[in-house]
Amino acid sequence: MSVLVYVETANGKIAKNGFEAVFYGKKVADKFGGDVVAVTSGSADDSDLASLGNFGASKVLVNKGLSDADDSQTSKLVLAAAESTGASIIIFSHDLTGKAVAPRISSALKAGMVSGAIDVPSDENGFTCKVNVFSGKAFGHVNVKTDKKVISLLPNSFKPEEGGSPAAVEAFDCDCGSAKVTVVETKTQDGEIPLPEAELVVSAGRGLKGPENWGMVEDLAKELGAATACSRPVADIGWRPHHEHVGQTGVAIRPNLYIAIGISGAIQHLAGVNGSKVIVVVNTDAEAPFFKAADYGIVGDAFEVVPKLVEAVKKFKASNN
Amino acid sequence: MKILVCISKSPDTTSKIAFTDGNTKFDENGVQYIVNPYDEWYALVRGLELKEAHGGTVTTITVGTAADDPTIRKALAIGADDAVRIDAEAKDAYFVAKQISEYAKDQGYDLILTGKETIDYNGSQVGGMVAADLDLPFLSLASKLDVDGSSATLELDITGGTKVVKADLPAVVSCAKGMAEQRIPNMRGIMAARTKPLNVVAPAGVEELTSFTSYSMPDAKSECKYVDPDNMDELVQLLHNEAKAI
Ligand SMILES: Cc1cc2nc3c(=O)[nH]c(=O)nc-3n(C[C@H](O)[C@H](O)[C@H](O)COP(=O)(O)OP(=O)(O)OC[C@H]3O[C@@H](n4cnc5c(N)ncnc54)[C@H](O)[C@@H]3O)c2cc1C
Ligand SMILES: Nc1ncnc2c1ncn2[C@@H]1O[C@H](COP(=O)(O)O)[C@@H](O)[C@H]1O
Repeated sequence: MSVLVYVETANGKIAKNGFEAVFYGKKVADKFGGDVVAVTSGSADDSDLASLGNFGASKVLVNKGLSDADDSQTSKLVLAAAESTGASIIIFSHDLTGKAVAPRISSALKAGMVSGAIDVPSDENGFTCKVNVFSGKAFGHVNVKTDKKVISLLPNSFKPEEGGSPAAVEAFDCDCGSAKVTVVETKTQDGEIPLPEAELVVSAGRGLKGPENWGMVEDLAKELGAATACSRPVADIGWRPHHEHVGQTGVAIRPNLYIAIGISGAIQHLAGVNGSKVIVVVNTDAEAPFFKAADYGIVGDAFEVVPKLVEAVKKFKASNN
Repeated sequence: MKILVCISKSPDTTSKIAFTDGNTKFDENGVQYIVNPYDEWYALVRGLELKEAHGGTVTTITVGTAADDPTIRKALAIGADDAVRIDAEAKDAYFVAKQISEYAKDQGYDLILTGKETIDYNGSQVGGMVAADLDLPFLSLASKLDVDGSSATLELDITGGTKVVKADLPAVVSCAKGMAEQRIPNMRGIMAARTKPLNVVAPAGVEELTSFTSYSMPDAKSECKYVDPDNMDELVQLLHNEAKAI
């Protein structure tokens, strides 16, 4: 058996999810045997790529000729690498690229897929892995019946730790066809922390009364180095941009800390945030359902509590420096 | 333009989630099924808007049993022209995708629309698998879709932003928030849906590759610890020392 991990690079840098996927791949290889090979494309430095070895990769295959690959080209790259390494387990991050590419690999290789794994598979019934189902309200245990397996790892399920030594980086050229999808324009919010990757998130809801009151939320996020999020009605009425909407119909996130301000905690909202490790709730209504999901609760008016919290964080940072 | 929209059912978002038979089966007792929100609000409604703008037809396809018919009728009430049901219990994503691609392969659809994911199993798999089977471009997590002649312009979610892309039709698109606004079916739509064609088709012989062997529930959350609203220093200390979150 050997394990192949697809690692995404963007702007010449390895994505955070790539380190997670390699670290996870090593755990899977330790359990089921074999080496971990990472495969990537684009222009990251060899020394950066070699650092994947510190997280468990024994070798990194890179197709430098392929930059800005579309999903069909990335699929061809992964299939070629799978063939050349004889990999029996192929791992992706369950991020935007993984969601597009992993199902194609599963279909092409007729390899059963675990979508959104949150744990290392067990050998129960051969190969069984735990995933979130019902938007995080329960866990399912998926048994894969085929010899080859595809796993997409839910981001933020493992914290990569360094252990190994730098990996060998090898050029891997293969014919990945031409792009079927052409990129016209890319729009990213400069300087902001992308919500799905954020470890700390400050979120607010209808309790804030209007978009003009978000200044204190942004202040708190800035002090903490957190990303901002919001409830659905707030995005729907245009108080906040759509990409901040978390929940069942928005983005699902699993940060270390989620601070919910003036959000009632409807079940559809919780579905997108219940994977957070620590939840803080600020709400005037002691009966708000969110308190049932909270680790720390503050029954109080956001307009008084949040500015005090901003000051407390500033004080904490000053004393910790 | 010929549009195929993949419609699945999912438990109402407020359903109580529980399991029976030694935690091997989802407990359907008292569960109301709805059209999976991504399929209904985004894929189906955008399909209808494109038909209204460019002409053509919108057909829905569902892999399911007669128990899925009420959700299929709901999709017809919202405005789809006709529906196909592949008469089989939806097993894993591979099984479902193969059924859809087998049906669609020689029907000449310009667009195959799916939802971003089903809200019960949250796989985000079926669309990519259908695209792989049919060797079509797959536009994953689109928040905007416009069609001009034989090409489509889309906005896709990427980490920390969006990108605008162009692709030739036919293509498979998975639809996320932003695509369209939810439509509430009116009385006329509901009446018309009763007589629109719902074609039941025998499944292709396909084996599933995976199965759910059991389920479990998360550990009950420990009690919420309340902090005095006037003492935010204490909260910061708790987050630092106890929760180790900052
Ligand atoms: C199919 C479906 C899917 C959905 N998907 C999502 C989703 O993905 N994400 C999502 O968020 N919602 C979703 N919803 C909507 C969800 O049901 C709730 O309506 C929504 O989450 C409520 O948003 P809110 O908490 O901001 O507003 P409200 O429910 O109005 O709550 C506002 C809260 O603020 C508190 N408050 C008021 N003033 C203050 C103050 N001064 N200080 C502190 N607290 C204050 C109030 O006590 C209240 O608890 C979905 C609904 C459906 C039917
Ligand atoms: N049984 C099914 N019948 C038809 N379409 C389905 C079925 N299951 C899933 N889909 C479609 O595939 C999308 C993604 O589903 P999933 O891969 O299960 O998250 C859904 O939003 C639907 O559009």
